Amino acid sequence: MTWARKHLLDIESLTPDEIVMVLDTARAFKAVGERAIKKVPALRGKTVVNLFVEPSTRTRISFELAEQRLSADVINFSAEASSFKKGETLKDTARNLEALNADFIVIRHSASGAPHFLARVLNASVINAGDGAHEHPTQALLDVFTIREHKGKIAGLNITILGDVLYSRVARSNIWALLKLGATVTLCGPATLVPKTFEQMGCRVTYDVEEAIRDADIINLLRIQHERQRKTMFPSINEYIQLFGLNQARLAKAKPDALIMHPGPINRGVEIDSDIADSSRSLILEQVTNGLAVRMAVLFLVNGGKGPPEVGEN
Amino acid sequence: MAEPTVIFDAAAIQRALTRVAHEIAERSENGTEVVLIGIPVGGDHLAKRLSRILSEIWRQPVPVGILDVGMHRDDLDQRAAPKIHPTVIPFDVTGKTVVLVDDVLFSGRTTRAAMDALNDFGRPKKIQLAVLIDRGHRELPIRADFVGKNVPTAGNEKIRVRLVENDGMDEVVLERPK
Repeated sequence: MTWARKHLLDIESLTPDEIVMVLDTARAFKAVGERAIKKVPALRGKTVVNLFVEPSTRTRISFELAEQRLSADVINFSAEASSFKKGETLKDTARNLEALNADFIVIRHSASGAPHFLARVLNASVINAGDGAHEHPTQALLDVFTIREHKGKIAGLNITILGDVLYSRVARSNIWALLKLGATVTLCGPATLVPKTFEQMGCRVTYDVEEAIRDADIINLLRIQHERQRKTMFPSINEYIQLFGLNQARLAKAKPDALIMHPGPINRGVEIDSDIADSSRSLILEQVTNGLAVRMAVLFLVNGGKGPPEVGEN
Repeated sequence: MAEPTVIFDAAAIQRALTRVAHEIAERSENGTEVVLIGIPVGGDHLAKRLSRILSEIWRQPVPVGILDVGMHRDDLDQRAAPKIHPTVIPFDVTGKTVVLVDDVLFSGRTTRAAMDALNDFGRPKKIQLAVLIDRGHRELPIRADFVGKNVPTAGNEKIRVRLVENDGMDEVVLERPK
């Protein structure tokens, strides 16, 4: 199979083969991170702009390090200290960045579809680092990579996503990736945050935590996103903890080999008990390590040109 | 596509590898450890086979590694991204004689990328190159130290190296375009 995409905008439009190609490529890049010299020249001479119009720490740092390890030149552009404050539009900002001959734009934006818009108006490769409540494709790819590393496969697994699904781009991208690779996806959380409409994507929806985690191979916890909720979607944080927080008593009802994931940042004592987050069943820090490898793989793949693939024979 | 010409059958590949292994042994200096590093796809399996033959000659194991050169190619933005294979070098290359093993030597660009990639793992005392087929048409000042067979080719012809490990059979064929 040949990678033919110039942009990575979402998981929804990827084929299962394309997802697997990212995962296989990421495996080689993970090994690069374990060497004494953790840098390769694949993007030497290329310029990457990290255009983070919405605040982000871990995703931006992960992309930045991935770019540096590929030998690219990196410019960071954040909302706090930027021309957006002066009223410049996204299109004008992006065109200015392109006038500096940026080859890649990694964009995080509060508006769904912002990366797709940039991909239409720019010549640079665009990578979506999270757009509104729409998608966060590299997060889903790193989650699927982490699951595959531990379980050896995705097809046939039961994955439960627990928490604020409605406002979560992580959930949407994960659902697409997991369903495409043949997993069964169960969503659980307060009814206001997990609407039944998600069943149309092919997921199972339940409001009973114990039922949701009973057969799960992976429990992926989502943060309650205070910043995305204009009004309260459930009575109180305490009620959420009581009904949906993952504690030892609840986890005891899951399968003994069920593993815990969380895209971070975690709210200890809210969606996850502290001792579970720090336990050997938690993959949270591995997700961070794998995120670096997956982002290197994505940049490497979209850097490919239009020509025919590698001359295989010599 | 015209009928492909068989250059090597299974027995001829085995003979060529045996001869190359003996040449590697002859050329190796006393006191310097020889390690083999194969370039996928093809060179990695040939390196393992050479290691088995050399281990018999020297009556001691000869370490084998796999080095993918995809991240070090000079045409990454000119063609679709190459498939990347895991690099596995489970030993220190510093001070060793590293014999790079590839199936076909053509432009020399893969060898250049391999030498670049190898740099990140240490400083070998010496790097040598062993190939099953040298088909000419070099674009860089690179030559092989050990050659299974020199095969004069036209630029638009293709050499296919099939190995049991990948293709279920051992065979080298030359394919000519119509």
